Amino acid sequence: MTTMYTPDHEWINIEDHEAATVGITLHAQDALGDVVFVDLPEVGRSFKKGEVAGVVESVKAAADIYMPVTGEIVEVNEALRADPSLANSDPLGNGWFFKVHVTDMAEFDQLMDGPAYDVLVKNS
Amino acid sequence: MSATELLKTPLYALHLELGAKMVAFAGYEMPVNYPGGIIAEHKQCRDSAALFDVSHMGQLRLVGADAAAALESLVPVDVVDLPVGKQRYGFFTNSSGGILDDLMITRRHTPQGSDLFVIVNAACKDADIKHLVTHIGHRCNVQPLPDRALLALQGPKAATALSRLNPAVAKLTFMTGASFDIDGVSCFVTRSGYTGEDGFEISVPASDAEELARSLLALPEVKPAGLGARDTLRLEAGLCLYGHDINETTTPVEAALTWAIQKVRRAGGARAGGYPGAGVIDGQLATGAVNKRVGLVGLERMPVREGAKIVDAHGRGLGHVTSGTLAPTVNQPIAMAYLAANHALPSHEVYAEVRGKRVPMRVSAMPFAPHRYFRG
Repeated sequence: MTTMYTPDHEWINIEDHEAATVGITLHAQDALGDVVFVDLPEVGRSFKKGEVAGVVESVKAAADIYMPVTGEIVEVNEALRADPSLANSDPLGNGWFFKVHVTDMAEFDQLMDGPAYDVLVKNS
Repeated sequence: MSATELLKTPLYALHLELGAKMVAFAGYEMPVNYPGGIIAEHKQCRDSAALFDVSHMGQLRLVGADAAAALESLVPVDVVDLPVGKQRYGFFTNSSGGILDDLMITRRHTPQGSDLFVIVNAACKDADIKHLVTHIGHRCNVQPLPDRALLALQGPKAATALSRLNPAVAKLTFMTGASFDIDGVSCFVTRSGYTGEDGFEISVPASDAEELARSLLALPEVKPAGLGARDTLRLEAGLCLYGHDINETTTPVEAALTWAIQKVRRAGGARAGGYPGAGVIDGQLATGAVNKRVGLVGLERMPVREGAKIVDAHGRGLGHVTSGTLAPTVNQPIAMAYLAANHALPSHEVYAEVRGKRVPMRVSAMPFAPHRYFRG
């Protein structure tokens, strides 16, 4: 598995551990509704797992984006900043938030895999 | 409050059938949006017509020859001179001049003469009815109307749409109301609403509400909209949401609602005062209030929401935001805030504190999106 999930409804794809891609899940974008603004972290900044790295705002509410793993931000999605609705229309693809250089692979292994996340959503 | 304790409107099953996302609001399970989403529903209302279920709101009537004078003892509004068929906005005040609830009052023609048809907020309706019964129950008959639903049909094509079911409704103008037979059901219809658009509010027997809603949704101009769009629409229209932009600690003067206090009820008027907090409100009308509700427009894209602190360029506190969002029609962040009166001036630049950042905003006239009422 190269994509794992957090209890905060984010996904992380670790195909390239020096630039692992992070976004929000289909369930998250559905719960938020129309996304109108994203606050993305600065490139070069490091966060610990669980720290707030950004914010996603819908018409109704703002929600924090937590770091799924410890690491340094190496890229942010400027296309998402320009068109936040990508988080609704393509949350698992063009609506990604940022890429992170993962330093502790063990943290990645502690996240949920796809089937485990599906169970979480089903029971939420 | 757990889900099992929530009340349901007569349109509950229809909302589920339409795929609504339901949320708890004022003790009711209400649709926040349908599958199209809030922005699409907002645009539907601005471009065509949207149907809202607002059956959670309180409907009641005051009956008796003394009803208008009695109601004037609780609101700073001219009710006595309100002609039959006319509607007026008002608010219940407390002894400090604060607002207990805001309401719509319509004088209706009845076989006996007239009554007062009153619509109040869902979250306040129990307290409002108690307030009315306690203070004026001996002067008029306070009749809650729990067996009626309320549908709001709003938008520039609302009149075209509703006219298909009864062409006579087109004769109504903004803030007037009358009884109409709609789709075979006797309804009380006012030409008013909470979106800034032309439109109607339709009081209908609960047992007929679903059938009427289906008839309205079958019209080519009409699609359903939920409370999410209702909130963004009213905010763009500069209309207050009770419990947020106005409450028992804000006076009508602070809330910039003095237009709703007619001269006859102000100091020097023929029926001046005589309602709770009249001394405070007349004093503020004469000398101004310390704080004032204003509109703010964000100069960046970041939405500024309820609770955000407003500061000056030096970081000194000026007030706080009571409602805010990224407005779908005006396509920029908008908010309502209470500011110290000397900063509540048009084009004055202030800053909102959002997550430790200072976001520049400009004091703006309201409404943010122009009202498009039908005044005839």
